Amino acid sequence: MSQQPLLDIEDLKITVGGNAVIEDVSLGIAPGEMVGLVGESGCGKSVTALSIMRLLAEPPMRVAGGRILFENEDVLEYSERALEKLRGDRISMIFQEPMTSLNPVFTIGEQIAETLLLHREISSSAAEARAVELLERVGIPGPSAALRRYPHQLSGGQRQRVMIAMALACEPKLLIADEPTTALDVTVQAQILDLIDDLRRETGMAVLLITHDLGVVSQYCDRVAVMYGGRIVETASAEDLFGHPRHRYTEALLRTIPASNPPGTDLPAIPGAVPPPGRRPSGCAFHPRCHAVVEECPRLVPDLVGGTHRARCWNPVA
Amino acid sequence: MSLLQVNKLSKTYPNLGGPPVQAVSEVSLHVDEGEVLGVVGESGCGKSTLGRSLLRLIEPSSGEVIFAGKSLTRLSQTEMKAVRRDMQVIFQDPFGSLNPRHTVGYIIGEPLIVHRRGNKAERRRRVEELLGIVGLPQDAADRYPHEFSGGQRQRIAIARALALDPKLLIADEAVSALDVSIQSQIINLIADLQKRLSLAIIFISHDLSVIRHVSDRIAVMYLGRIVEVGPAEEIMQAPKHPYTQALLSAVPRPGVARTERIKLAGELPDPTDPPSGCAFHTRCPKVMDVCRLERPDLVQRQIDGHPTPGEAACHLYPA
Ligand SMILES: Nc1ncnc2c1ncn2[C@@H]1O[C@H](COP(=O)(O)OP(=O)(O)OP(=O)(O)O)[C@@H](O)[C@H]1O
Ligand SMILES: Nc1ncnc2c1ncn2[C@@H]1O[C@H](COP(=O)(O)OP(=O)(O)OP(=O)(O)O)[C@@H](O)[C@H]1O
Ligand SMILES: [Mg+2]
Ligand SMILES: [Mg+2]
Repeated sequence: MSQQPLLDIEDLKITVGGNAVIEDVSLGIAPGEMVGLVGESGCGKSVTALSIMRLLAEPPMRVAGGRILFENEDVLEYSERALEKLRGDRISMIFQEPMTSLNPVFTIGEQIAETLLLHREISSSAAEARAVELLERVGIPGPSAALRRYPHQLSGGQRQRVMIAMALACEPKLLIADEPTTALDVTVQAQILDLIDDLRRETGMAVLLITHDLGVVSQYCDRVAVMYGGRIVETASAEDLFGHPRHRYTEALLRTIPASNPPGTDLPAIPGAVPPPGRRPSGCAFHPRCHAVVEECPRLVPDLVGGTHRARCWNPVA
Repeated sequence: MSLLQVNKLSKTYPNLGGPPVQAVSEVSLHVDEGEVLGVVGESGCGKSTLGRSLLRLIEPSSGEVIFAGKSLTRLSQTEMKAVRRDMQVIFQDPFGSLNPRHTVGYIIGEPLIVHRRGNKAERRRRVEELLGIVGLPQDAADRYPHEFSGGQRQRIAIARALALDPKLLIADEAVSALDVSIQSQIINLIADLQKRLSLAIIFISHDLSVIRHVSDRIAVMYLGRIVEVGPAEEIMQAPKHPYTQALLSAVPRPGVARTERIKLAGELPDPTDPPSGCAFHTRCPKVMDVCRLERPDLVQRQIDGHPTPGEAACHLYPA
């Protein structure tokens, strides 16, 4: 990264009941950059994202170490008031759970306007006009009528798009998108990702994109970080990662993509599951599921080594 | 005989101060025992509305649903409860459907209690078995939903739906929130259960690459109507409807450049004011005059250079 990072996470460690949920997590994002964060269910992607927004359920979760620098200030030191000004304005987040993050008793229009009125000095009619424009850009049919509906009167994908419109309302400097398009079909998904991509070009918005869709990552992201068992195990440019995965886990992950396998055949799933915090194996957490284990793997946690393409693996792919 | 037969099912929602939303229009379909029917289409096209209407979780406006030879339309809610034992559903939003105050073990075993299956020890064993089936650790039973990640919660929902050995499972975006490796585990699991238990499944998803892996047949929906239906391989290899063709080419794949996709022009039309004729005509690259005037029926049509006719609602092909 040549540019001064907008976000710089250093050695972040989050624990729950004394067990590490994520650890040694370091990740930088430059202005205008789109970084993909991928990895199996339960590996700690959402926890990482929520900690940047300081939205972890504390307790039981606890920040046990590290720094989260945003525009050179450590958000871990922010007061609750400073955080409120930060959230939804300079950093905004699209949550994995659209239904639980929309308020069921307010209309869509009221909820978008609220975000705008909180952070911007504009009239309520200007806020409404902006809300219509945003709904139109995320592809909600009949946007002015949709403003008067309640969340349960929209389809799953429409609710997700409302969340996206809200997150983009104030043109944030950093957008954290946690599985933003899982409820969306490919055409709408392409439309939304193209919109996010356009905005980062127009406004220099940086994006942390959490997704399980490796196809999306390869098409939209500049860089990718792969997580396993609470640690980042590989980071590289999207091209290098997909072209030459180095960590054995990344290699296995790339083979599971449905579109790259003939239909009707069993998909090559990675046997087993991500171990929960507190039950993580010693050494490299992936070693019990790995087919290329060497002597060090069960004993020592490997370091994340390399120049621009870094991997945390004792026996990387050649 | 089909396990499920749906005849001209429609659902319109009232819309505050505006024309009603025509979410599902005259949908007819059937699902045989042990068969997987994939339902695919864009966000807002009516897939969830269709799925919920089948179970009468929302009341259809018109049309008929026949399950195992019995018409569901006039059953009382008590009679419906008995039917729903054989007809389970997994929802799109796993977060809203798991009660945060109950342990995972209780949530998964609750259908067994409601339908009075087994004693306490037997239920406990069944819960353990189900946790194993969906790949969750045994101690998950004593924890609460909020302690699990998004993907793990969807697995809890799947385990719960399987508790009573249903005959038909309606899976509404059941794997969409899962990461790829778990997605493939769950897809393999569903394929396996379907074979082992001869479970029939209506697999609703916007993701064609997932649908093709599990489905025997695929129905493609557009703005509340089925526009094409047929054997999965035929739909994937030789899609007939221009909408199906566009959907197929939009699937992102690692290594395929973004520019190689056929982009669908425009957006899904407003279902309060559907276009005349074929609803897809406003976005169709092959639109003809007749498309704006007459709605094509979903019937067998002979396709040029194709040995077998296929079922599609498109004027390009003679009926
Ligand atoms: N409140 C909590 N109490 C205890 N454990 C928790 C809590 N929230 C999350 N966890 C655990 O922390 C781990 C990481 O969870 P996280 O939600 O970050 O996963 P994720 O990578 O986002 O997965 P997914 O792809 O399924 O969304 C999981 O093992 C989860 O069970
Ligand atoms: N309760 C309701 N009142 C009014 N309109 C509704 C209601 N529920 C759904 N709709 C509308 O009906 C249409 C179909 O919705 P449905 O949820 O069936 O779509 P879907 O195909 O499942 O979409 P998605 O892929 O986004 O989940 C949408 O335009 C939606 O806005
Ligand atoms: Mg998550
Ligand atoms: Mg839906």
